[in-house]
Amino acid sequence: MSAPIAIETATTARAAEPTLPSRAAGRRRRWALEVGWKYLLAIVVIFYAVFPLVYVLSASLNPRGTLAASNALFSVIDFSNFAALASTSYWTWAANTLIIGGSAAIGAVLMGAAAAYAFSRFRFSGRRASLTGLLIIQMFPQALAFVAIFLMLLTLGEVVPALGLNSKIALICVYLGGALGVNTFLMYGFFNTVPIEIDESAKIDGATHAQIFWRLIMPLVTPILAVVGLLAFLAAFGDYIIAKIVLVSEDNWTLAVGMYQWVSNQLASNWGLFAAGAVVAAIPVLVLFLSLQRYIVGGLTAGSVKG
Amino acid sequence: MSVDAPTRPPLTADRPERGEAHGRRWRGPGWGFLAKLALMALVNAFGVMAIISAFRAESWIVFSAALVLLVLADIVYFTKRALPLKYLFPGLVFLLVFQVFIFGYTAYIAFTNYGTGHAGSQEQAVEAALIQGERRVEGSPTYPLSVVERIGVLGFAIVDEDGTVLVGTAEEPLSEAGGAEVGDRGAPSEVPGWNVLPRASLISDQELQDAVVSLRVPVSDDPNDGSIRTRDGSSGAVYESTLVWDAEAETITDTATGTVYSADAASGRFVADSGATLPAGWYVNVGFDNFVRLFTDPALAQTLLMVTVWTFVFAILSVVLPFALGLLLALIYNDARLKGRRFLRTLYILPYAFPAFMSALLFRGMFNAEFGVINDLFFFGADINWLGDPWLARGAVIWVNLWLTYPYYFLVCTGALQALPADTLEAASIDGAGRTRQLSAIILPLVLVATAPLLISSFAFSFNNFTVIYMFNNGGPAFPGAPYALGATDILISAIYDISGVSGGAADYGLASALSIIVFAVVGLISALAFRQTRKLEEFM
Repeated sequence: MSAPIAIETATTARAAEPTLPSRAAGRRRRWALEVGWKYLLAIVVIFYAVFPLVYVLSASLNPRGTLAASNALFSVIDFSNFAALASTSYWTWAANTLIIGGSAAIGAVLMGAAAAYAFSRFRFSGRRASLTGLLIIQMFPQALAFVAIFLMLLTLGEVVPALGLNSKIALICVYLGGALGVNTFLMYGFFNTVPIEIDESAKIDGATHAQIFWRLIMPLVTPILAVVGLLAFLAAFGDYIIAKIVLVSEDNWTLAVGMYQWVSNQLASNWGLFAAGAVVAAIPVLVLFLSLQRYIVGGLTAGSVKG
Repeated sequence: MSVDAPTRPPLTADRPERGEAHGRRWRGPGWGFLAKLALMALVNAFGVMAIISAFRAESWIVFSAALVLLVLADIVYFTKRALPLKYLFPGLVFLLVFQVFIFGYTAYIAFTNYGTGHAGSQEQAVEAALIQGERRVEGSPTYPLSVVERIGVLGFAIVDEDGTVLVGTAEEPLSEAGGAEVGDRGAPSEVPGWNVLPRASLISDQELQDAVVSLRVPVSDDPNDGSIRTRDGSSGAVYESTLVWDAEAETITDTATGTVYSADAASGRFVADSGATLPAGWYVNVGFDNFVRLFTDPALAQTLLMVTVWTFVFAILSVVLPFALGLLLALIYNDARLKGRRFLRTLYILPYAFPAFMSALLFRGMFNAEFGVINDLFFFGADINWLGDPWLARGAVIWVNLWLTYPYYFLVCTGALQALPADTLEAASIDGAGRTRQLSAIILPLVLVATAPLLISSFAFSFNNFTVIYMFNNGGPAFPGAPYALGATDILISAIYDISGVSGGAADYGLASALSIIVFAVVGLISALAFRQTRKLEEFM
């Protein structure tokens, strides 16, 4: 990260207001006016940002499990909600989410990287047209066509049950279908920053195109691989509409589908369980996200600006 | 079936080409090659399997698609010509099948009346009609019956008049079961290859009971012969349809009343002269009917207009408000004199790192009118009906989305601010530009140019942000009397979801797809215009 350029550089340059009684008091006043209030504002912003998260943490620790009981924050601290998760399908859903999201992420990374390598390193007829085509296709969200996805899987399932409705593999395939359009540009930009001289010298030394791809390029582009993998995982993790129509039976559900079912029905909703489940599922995501935060934002800006 | 397929191609592939330098020829098949071979073997095995089962199921589109893709895969990976394709092929296949084809299929469905009552081919409709018309044949004998099971498939075993045991399932018509034994109550007690379910399990298991009562085992391949059904799980009788299908005249005749229903190819139904129709139909091309309905059906068109306006408002506000807040916070907190900026920044972006669907569900609870924490804590227990009042619900969902997305813009704007050219700012201050002048003439335009493409993709994303809308309030509160229970916070994609009926209820895939096509067009148009505009903006700067 480059040294931050403060907007205030200008003010310091034209400082020196002459008529202050004491320099120290003046400096303190100016500090309060220019910097101090930002700390006060920060308290407000932090409250806005963090309150719902504190609330869900408190609700997860409240064994009564109702909305009304959760309103007194941290009145009880008890881990029975977390223990009760074991008697529901929660862990099955979590495992499903991991399997589906993980496979979608690995597939998206491999296919995206391979495509980006081809576009970045080979010159072939139809290259520009394919790039433009991808740019156009990725404008149209796959989720909008969920009716066709549903009907297609219905037909496909009669031939190959593993690719039909209620199959995790089918859902992974649907997610992978959206992978190339979304990720290729992100990766293409990054691949172009790797100097082509590296490839050429390796080629002279007798490396094949596959060796160059796996041994040279892939290690050099690891940051963007991590970003694409994480984004693909998060997309699968957060998807509701396609997961809901593809996965029919309860033991195939992902967390999004299952946890919606817990809360959507007002009479039967179990708030405590939901809160505990949300805390458990959010912690790994939070940790991953915060640790990779810089790459993600960098990747997002780079990809879309260059795209 | 899959054993012989993969062994053929490698023989030609690992032979070194003529004319290659002999130094390069000197290498055995390496690990990479073996890995490729193993992968291609798997692909071929799976492909051949799919082709065979598609052939058996007479599903010709799947058959030809699988065949073409498999042949292409072998050509791409076992010849040396199409080098770039070796890297593009897997992604392209998924893209073509699960995205491009899906789009095309949507367009196709939009011109049909696919949906409840029109769910398959004509052949399937005939079958369904005959099943619906089935009655017990009067005076027909009852047969002692046992419920049997094999790898999760239920079937019936009966003892016919001659004492032979016949067994069959919903898919397989009755056939003789050799070596079966008949128990004390006259029903089959042991059938080779099948588990005979004990009566006790039938009584205790409600789900199994329902499955048995609705099971029908065809007597023979001809649907007109009827089928065996049971009411109690211990005796079965032949049910025959009162309807008779005449394939040549394309008519179904009701033998009980004498009514003749003839196939109407325009509407995909069986229609009698009196105008009565059978509930089962098939899907046919209906031209622009679905599109016309979207715009002319008074109740639907009016509701959809409101939904469309709200979709734009929601999408615009979901970009403008979070961007404004994020930019403001970035301007304020990108200040070298502040201590603990990293810590503050981490806290600020927490909402973005929390999974969005969980946040929406969380807010659904927090905004609950009776028990929610928001009324309880911030409005002193007032009974504000956040989710039940149209305007409050709209405001609330915007609020939720603001909370969810401002950290993203905060991060992006902070990044853009830190990347501002220092010399430009310095030159401006030397020239005497004040703080506001610098902000409006240099900082904001540069930040805008850097973030404009992100704003556009965010707009497109919000336009179709099903998760937040649906998780927060299911698109409700419903407009009174609106078709498909469309509601005040429904955006177009959630309206499509409600109309399509994929989640249950009456389905109208044709109408839903027609609406999808229109939304596709809108999204595409907006993106195209916006990208052209940003390019102009960049050139202008």
